[in-house]
Amino acid sequence: MNTLYNRFIGGKSGLTKLLVLAVILLVVLPLTMSVFRLNLVGKYLTFGFVALGLVMLWGKAGVLSLGQGVFFGLGGYCMAMFLKLEASDPISTKIQSTPGIPDFMDWNQLKALPAFWVPFKHLPISLIAVLVVPSILAFVIGTAMFKRRVGGVYFAIITQALALILSLGIDGNQGWTGGRNGITDLRTMWGWDIRSQSAQYILYFVTCLLLIVSILGLQWLLSGKLGKLLPAMREREDRVRFSGYDVSMFKVFTFCLAAALSGIGGALFVLQVGFISPSLVGIIPSIEMVIFAAVGGRASLYGAIYGTLIVNAGKSLFSESFPQLWLFFMGGLFIAVVVFFPDGLAGVVDSAGKKLTRWFSEKKSGVPPGVSLDDAMLASTAKPEKS
Amino acid sequence: MSSDTSFLLGIEDLTVSFDGFKAVDSLNLYIEKNELRVIIGPNGAGKTTVLDMICGKTRPTEGSVKFFNRELVGLSEHEIVRAGVGRKFQTPSIYENLTVLENLEVSFPKGRSVLGCIAFNRTAEVTERIQKVAEEIFLTDQLDVEGAHLSHGQKQWLEIGMLLMQEPKLLMLDEPVAGMSPAEREQTAQLLKRITQGRSIIIIEHDMEFVSRIADKVTVLHLGKILAEGTMEEIRHHPKVIEVYLGH
Repeated sequence: MNTLYNRFIGGKSGLTKLLVLAVILLVVLPLTMSVFRLNLVGKYLTFGFVALGLVMLWGKAGVLSLGQGVFFGLGGYCMAMFLKLEASDPISTKIQSTPGIPDFMDWNQLKALPAFWVPFKHLPISLIAVLVVPSILAFVIGTAMFKRRVGGVYFAIITQALALILSLGIDGNQGWTGGRNGITDLRTMWGWDIRSQSAQYILYFVTCLLLIVSILGLQWLLSGKLGKLLPAMREREDRVRFSGYDVSMFKVFTFCLAAALSGIGGALFVLQVGFISPSLVGIIPSIEMVIFAAVGGRASLYGAIYGTLIVNAGKSLFSESFPQLWLFFMGGLFIAVVVFFPDGLAGVVDSAGKKLTRWFSEKKSGVPPGVSLDDAMLASTAKPEKS
Repeated sequence: MSSDTSFLLGIEDLTVSFDGFKAVDSLNLYIEKNELRVIIGPNGAGKTTVLDMICGKTRPTEGSVKFFNRELVGLSEHEIVRAGVGRKFQTPSIYENLTVLENLEVSFPKGRSVLGCIAFNRTAEVTERIQKVAEEIFLTDQLDVEGAHLSHGQKQWLEIGMLLMQEPKLLMLDEPVAGMSPAEREQTAQLLKRITQGRSIIIIEHDMEFVSRIADKVTVLHLGKILAEGTMEEIRHHPKVIEVYLGH
């Protein structure tokens, strides 16, 4: 029991990190922000799921994907399809030439619901699809790539191409997908109005809780052998093979895990924002998500959340005043982080924390700050007159 | 010949060519159970390439590698490892970011599938084996030290220990004493003698003095072919070997 607790929470330092994040998300922000701003934070947090996936995939296993927006989008579309069908009941769509199908299908002269839309009439199936559809795509692509030992830059480029293909595919099939406008005008989930203020609050808290549960789940995974094997794979892929592991299957698993997490994020995005469009699936959002993880610290689960929040908050504030400059600023930020702080925010905080505890312990033992304990001891033994 | 089951490893007509250059040329080599074989030869003789082909790192152009009468050519690396072949590389390859304990734990031959890995627990059995192997490789006091902080010799030992964790039936060591101090060499020689019990070992080594101390049988490779085979004493007096190798 005790070990299980340790594996989920990650000991004393893990508990501190968990409490700090929980207090910020569940207490401080809801008490200080308007529902509009809080909803914005909720939206950012849905990208946090993608960032968590990237921590596992990129930070731990060393596989950089520049196409995580694809899985975010697929999860979002699965959710949006259900909500759209619920919003398109025959009564509210009776002015269409074919009532009962989504409005954009009617505009595109579709006479019946396409077969792949039919399962999304059911909420349980849709919720399962949010997890399964991204995972299946990740499994197919991952198996094809990793079994052939495609990795590194090549894998990144292929995932990037995937993001382009999917966003263009959605864009080009307006009758089936809603095209460039995406799927809009989503109203209720099983009769519950997701646009109301109370729903906004509830969805925000659901997002926060799912995010925290995801972090704990990933910590549990990483506290086991997988947490040693993934970094080992990143550093010495060959050696792991010669320890008897099928490296490609571990990469496929991590890729699927990251995809499923992104799918959850996408679904929660749709619920809170009320629409999904191909612009959230393509290359730019996919790269932005990598930047969130990089700024927060690509190997730190908590860091990824803070990175997501900070970059997005910066984006909102900055782009309100200098919309043209934002992208340059973001690119500059990414380069600066990678060059100067490869471990991101988490790395800076960690080393600052270590310095601080050292400083405190020195203060307690009566050694002046700025002089390390070793130096002081050395000085006092070697040259007593100096201390 | 190929149906003979008394051999642990039977290599027949093994050939690999890189852009027309035959690094290994129609090699035939048989290793018996519990044998310690040393392969020597000048640089470029194809020693490391032979090991690469046995363990699946390099695909041979022709020929077969039979291990307990099972064809290894065409299997992937992890399948060959699981069949019971362990390989130590020339430069120590350990996980520098993991501790000695974790290095050994990761090498334990259980929980190698994704699900098995997630369900893996450090049971008493695992801890016991880690302790035993750590003792064998002289690293009992370094269990919590990160791989990166070990000395070169200790890294070499750790890699041997990682192989021992796998309990291979065939152990292949590429220059295990390279870069070691004389004292470390001495310890390693004893270690190798001890771990031969119940398994076969192929060693590539340059240090003649070391070879003569450990080898049952020596194979001399030259230009991808076997030049001579026999005890160290026979090899020392073999005229062709003296000409191409020892004479230098």
